[in-house]
Amino acid sequence: MASITLDNLGKVYAGNVRAVTDVNIDIKDGEMIVLVGPSGCGKSTLLRMVAGLETITEGTLKIGDRVVNHLEPAERDIAMVFQNYALYPHMTVYNNLAYGLKNRGIAKPEIDRRVKEAAEMLQIGQFLDRKPRQLSGGQRQRVAMGRALVREPAAFLFDEPLSNLDAKLRVQMRVEIRQLQKRLGTTSLYVTHDQLEALTMADRLVVLNGGRIEQIGTPMELYSRPETVFVAGFIGSPAMNMLPSDYLRGQVAAEALAHVPAKADFIGIRPEDMALGPVQEGALALSGRLLLLEPAGAESHLHLRFEGMSDTVVVRLPHVPDVAEGSMLNFSVPRDKLHPFDRESGKRLA
Amino acid sequence: MQTKRMTFSSRWLPYALLAPQVIVTLIFFIWPASQALYQSFLRQDIFGLRTDFVWFDNFSRLFADPLYLNSLKVTFVFSLGTTFLSMSVALLFAVMVNRMIRSRDSYTTFLVWPYAVAPAIAGVLWWFIFNPSIGIMPYMLKGFGYDWNHRSSGTDAMILVIIAAAWKQISYNFLFFLAGLQSIPQSLIEAAAIDGASRFKRFWTIVFPLLSPITFFLMVVNIVYAMFDTFGVIHATTEGGPAQATNILVYKVYRDGFVNLNLGSSAAQSVILMAIVVVLTVIQFRYIERRVNY
Amino acid sequence: MVENNRWGNFFAHLVLILGVAIVIFPVYVAIVASTHPPGTFIRGVMPLLPGPNALENYKTVITEGRSRAGTPPIGGMLWNSFVMAMAITIGKLSISLLSAFAIVYFRFPFRIFFFWIIFLTLMLPVEVRIVPTFQVVADLGMLNSFAGLSIPLIASATATFLFRQFFMTVPEELMEAARVDGAGPMKFFKDILLPLSITNIAALFVIMFIYGWNQYLWPLLITTDPEYYTIVMGIQRMVTGGDSEPLWHLVMATVVLAALPPILVILFMQRLFVKGLTETEK
Repeated sequence: MASITLDNLGKVYAGNVRAVTDVNIDIKDGEMIVLVGPSGCGKSTLLRMVAGLETITEGTLKIGDRVVNHLEPAERDIAMVFQNYALYPHMTVYNNLAYGLKNRGIAKPEIDRRVKEAAEMLQIGQFLDRKPRQLSGGQRQRVAMGRALVREPAAFLFDEPLSNLDAKLRVQMRVEIRQLQKRLGTTSLYVTHDQLEALTMADRLVVLNGGRIEQIGTPMELYSRPETVFVAGFIGSPAMNMLPSDYLRGQVAAEALAHVPAKADFIGIRPEDMALGPVQEGALALSGRLLLLEPAGAESHLHLRFEGMSDTVVVRLPHVPDVAEGSMLNFSVPRDKLHPFDRESGKRLA
Repeated sequence: MQTKRMTFSSRWLPYALLAPQVIVTLIFFIWPASQALYQSFLRQDIFGLRTDFVWFDNFSRLFADPLYLNSLKVTFVFSLGTTFLSMSVALLFAVMVNRMIRSRDSYTTFLVWPYAVAPAIAGVLWWFIFNPSIGIMPYMLKGFGYDWNHRSSGTDAMILVIIAAAWKQISYNFLFFLAGLQSIPQSLIEAAAIDGASRFKRFWTIVFPLLSPITFFLMVVNIVYAMFDTFGVIHATTEGGPAQATNILVYKVYRDGFVNLNLGSSAAQSVILMAIVVVLTVIQFRYIERRVNY
Repeated sequence: MVENNRWGNFFAHLVLILGVAIVIFPVYVAIVASTHPPGTFIRGVMPLLPGPNALENYKTVITEGRSRAGTPPIGGMLWNSFVMAMAITIGKLSISLLSAFAIVYFRFPFRIFFFWIIFLTLMLPVEVRIVPTFQVVADLGMLNSFAGLSIPLIASATATFLFRQFFMTVPEELMEAARVDGAGPMKFFKDILLPLSITNIAALFVIMFIYGWNQYLWPLLITTDPEYYTIVMGIQRMVTGGDSEPLWHLVMATVVLAALPPILVILFMQRLFVKGLTETEK
């Protein structure tokens, strides 16, 4: 068990291509940190730098108290779960788990004990003699987890481990990984592009964009108070609506926007913060024409056109309303659910 | 040229790994090739006492030598004949086998094994079948009023070596054509059928054009084969005769070098042959690069 | 209709059966000829049905050869061919695996240069540089030896390319996982890469073995001692050596024995062979 410290970490590839810039993260012992961002944001590179699979060109990386910048992956006391599992196809499950231990010169009985224990924990005991190709996707995923477990490392590194699974299995494995991680209390760094996975699994999550950190925080902090336009758009589905404040000021009474900084160019409103029906006291009143109603069982998504605005606005309701497409609908938004942003810097104001 | 995204780092290991291959290549390929190049500029007198540096004289003599020009012509006819015969028969077989479902593998088995027969043995086999006194083919041809004798007729000898060389190569071409045919999506053929193309038309307008990269590749491979790998066919049967009628370039290099001991001329011929291989290989490699995404 | 019709299928089978018959015919004739007594070939046309002398003919070629014409018993030549073919095959596979590993899994100065040196061997078949190569081997004192028969032929651009291509398709993560598991380059090569390449190795083995077995010009040049004759070149000695008309029954028995091993290899390993062939050149 150990903490991991990323101190001003940066990566510049040959040819001056910059992949990661000024990353500072303090991962506490036993904490699950999720790196999330769109493809190409540098999250995988960052993880691989921690693993030792990419060289670190700037900054310092500490695992525990050791600076590990120049150590081989095997010497960093980490274990990694790869996106495509990277199981050795010609070895049995048992040997896949044991290979790293053998290379470390650990005694046979000890290897056997650890493999059996990990297999037990992951319920893959009956597959130990099989080859990876004889396993289903979910089982392979468990074997990949097992290979990390047997090492009893200081930290787990997960590189999009669930992206090759189908939707149902992904949810199941998500829960299992999180439970296992909490039970073992092993410090973990987890990379995903799926914001829902990130929100549900992380103790804290790190949103990356263009190789830089946009925001670090707990899932709820990021959700309820995104610090940048990027985070606001990336976290939450359907994405936050961004309404030009000029437009809003033309629509509603000035006092409704009194506490919004005058500088704000955009005002973000989450789809679920717009309530259908008459305006409540002190709330913002908006109206738009219903283009499309998407019922989704327990909830529904309404796509609206606001007069004088080019983008459509999406509203999420916890029920399916009885309204006709083409009709005008009225909504109200509580004042504290407005997220003001600056266009120039992309940052949150107030 | 790519490597893996991530590579091992070692200062000396890659060189040690490459050493065996590179040493063999240097000693037995690069060095002899450069020797050939060097010797092609030299000429020994008949007693082997004096060696002169003669610049391009060996080359200019070659191209003035009717025997060499004849050999060029013979090689041209032989290569084209072998390539055409072998490829057309193989394509016919491949198209037929590709129709089959259950019997596909059995037919393939019967058609692939000649690949294993050495060119020299292929030569001897057909030489036997065409033997003027006891061979079955001359006997049958006599029935049609043709008097076969590859010992006296240059044309007969050429036909013999072409058949022997092409026979052995059918397997190779067949396998590639079959692989090519199997990679054509069935949906294309079905679309053509819906567009009203007859079976014959579908072959010539859809299948054959889609096979053209493979056809081109096989053409180069077959020409290389006919030019360089068929030494055994000639040497074990006609020995270049009668009257130089089957004296292809590789056979002439050998004879001039080892039998007639005309080293300068043989070296010059080697250099010309190497130039031909280089051109053919570059063409072939272009093709490989286009097909396989390195 | 895209489906096959009955007449079409009948016609296709007809063409194929005829084709197979023509392809098999030369070997059939050889087998038949090898079972006849010498007298059969003196007059008339070659036989098309087996004769009674099979055992005797094969016994003669295997144990006696034709000492009068200077050809040793076939047994020894078969062994020589086998040793040469195996040496060439194993040599080619080993050095190609190592060089492909170096080229794919390392970055080092002159990498491209070495790649081109290896590539050049593609352009220099032994037939075109025959005289100087013979001189080099003679200077090194390798005439009449197994080393001389095999080593000059073991450089292989083709095999190196195939392995390189295959290594490029091995997922990056396997090497990364191996590194996280504490495996260095040679351990990765031995524990992961070699076992993964086994099908490719086997496929190339078939092709290289046939290539080695069928060598003709090279053994012809560098072996003057009958001790080192290989079977394929030995046939030529039998056909041309001695009598004016070859002893067909013995020649054909030898031909059958010479052609049999590589044919068996192909038939037993057909799937691997096809894979090896079409993927090497693709």
